[in-house]
Amino acid sequence: MTVTTQKPLVRIEGLHKYYGQHHVLRGIDLTVNQGEVSVVIGPSGSGKSTMLRCVNLLETISAGRISVGGQLIGYREVNGRLHDLKTKEIAAQRREIGMVFQRFNLFPHKTALYNVMEAPVQVKGKSKSAAKKSALELLDRVGLADRANHYPAQLSGGQQQRVAIARALAMEPELMLFDEPTSALDPELVGDVLNVMKDLAKSGMTMIVVTHEIGFAREVGDTLTFMDGGVVVESGDPREIIANPQHARTKEFLSRVL
Amino acid sequence: MDHHQAGHAAPVLNDAVPVRHPGRWISAIIIAGVLALMVQSVITNPNFRWDVVGTYILDVKVVQGVGWTLLLTVASMVIAIVLAILLAVMRQSDNPVLRYTSWVWVWFFRGTPVYTQLVFWGLIAVLYPKISAGVPFGPELFSVDTSTVITALVAAILGLGLNESAYLAEIFRAGLKSVDKGQTEAAEALGMGKGKIMWRIILPQAMRIIVPPTGNETIGMLKTTSLVLAVPFTLDLTFATNALANRIYLPVPLLIVAAIWYLVITSLLMVGQHYIEAYYGKGVDTNQAPVINPAAAKAAAAVAPSAEAEPALKMDFPEEEAK
Repeated sequence: MTVTTQKPLVRIEGLHKYYGQHHVLRGIDLTVNQGEVSVVIGPSGSGKSTMLRCVNLLETISAGRISVGGQLIGYREVNGRLHDLKTKEIAAQRREIGMVFQRFNLFPHKTALYNVMEAPVQVKGKSKSAAKKSALELLDRVGLADRANHYPAQLSGGQQQRVAIARALAMEPELMLFDEPTSALDPELVGDVLNVMKDLAKSGMTMIVVTHEIGFAREVGDTLTFMDGGVVVESGDPREIIANPQHARTKEFLSRVL
Repeated sequence: MDHHQAGHAAPVLNDAVPVRHPGRWISAIIIAGVLALMVQSVITNPNFRWDVVGTYILDVKVVQGVGWTLLLTVASMVIAIVLAILLAVMRQSDNPVLRYTSWVWVWFFRGTPVYTQLVFWGLIAVLYPKISAGVPFGPELFSVDTSTVITALVAAILGLGLNESAYLAEIFRAGLKSVDKGQTEAAEALGMGKGKIMWRIILPQAMRIIVPPTGNETIGMLKTTSLVLAVPFTLDLTFATNALANRIYLPVPLLIVAAIWYLVITSLLMVGQHYIEAYYGKGVDTNQAPVINPAAAKAAAAVAPSAEAEPALKMDFPEEEAK
């Protein structure tokens, strides 16, 4: 949808993930160019959320490499040997990557405004007044300027998720990860969240979106990746894949969700 | 939202006959009768010696005893809370040395009677007549007499505080564990460091769970201070009233004096706890909509008319950390 510069921002190469003996990701390769919206779909248990969580190290990487903006995630490579990054260095890498969760995970003891201000003030050291100003702008952008002083419990699921998007954007990330952002929402609240995400895509944000919203993939996605059983089954132009899936498993999945 | 369509008559309310509860009346009468008998006996029985209670309730020794008891309670709880946070965080640490140290601490201080520990702290000067610091097997840097540092008051506070820290550590650990893992993940994803995540995100939420049992422990501590006789520390409320009772051979009225004071302090602590709970429950235990930020509301009104927005209740939430 957007004009992409074809410059890869995210590179996932040969990503494997084990939970004990359980082999969840079995060699994932995925490239996301700057400004692209990469939509990942697949049945539950296919490993799509795990893959997303590896990108900002909420899960450790068992094998393979992920780089964002040319920077290796989670490791430093010295003479061909990988060294774990320190907690502080990992935190610094995460600042460039925004994440939106299925269950919102807003801080319940802080108002919408303070949820959005928290990281810029505490992590970036922004002044409170400057952080407040940009937080109010962000809340306005997601259509919630009038809810700034509400606590999360006083907001609907859709409103909470939009605050969560504003909170992630407040760190001015170069990449946004969405982990099934609409799966916990009542159907009538999904549209507002998707609209905010569409606006964000139009503004040129690079996004990886794990979702079940096929309509969103078709309309906004630059690439669509179908995952099953910890591998990428099919990847390509969303409209082509949805209209004309090449693999039996993709066909079967799409026939169930469409 | 309009529940009543225009043109429809208001519904006739169901004026049902409520279920009668004769049991409530019977129990109320029985309890009122028992209560009346008790009040009568308390008033008419001369052995209570209410005149003596009146004489001693504000006695200098008693009021000073209240002061010392409060000091012991507050000081030992402060030590216990600081240690408990440290122990609970250590228990969750990735560092196994810290984890085991915390476990052993709780095991030891919870596993021995507080009375024994108080006697022990009272005898510390016998065990170690001098406290000195230096390099192991190397030169000594300084040295003081133990009895000048560990006075009876210090021994009492240490004994009570260290013992309590073991119980509070478990309460804090339960509180920290009660906070959803998604909170840590959200904070991590924002690039927050471990310390910030603990102090700004996890602990404030854990406090909702931590405060009620900690209030319980504080009230328990208020009365546990009466054991400081074991050190021996001899200025607290129980010791003061016992001493007076022994002097005038009237134990009952002075027990009543002590009981009244303990009840007064407990009541005050309960009021304090109520406010602390309200503070840490904000955003979760209250569901009223706050007063809308006027500037933001104006800006929003221009964008989207808030016809369906619920009216803001007249409940003013103080701006967080208004520094």
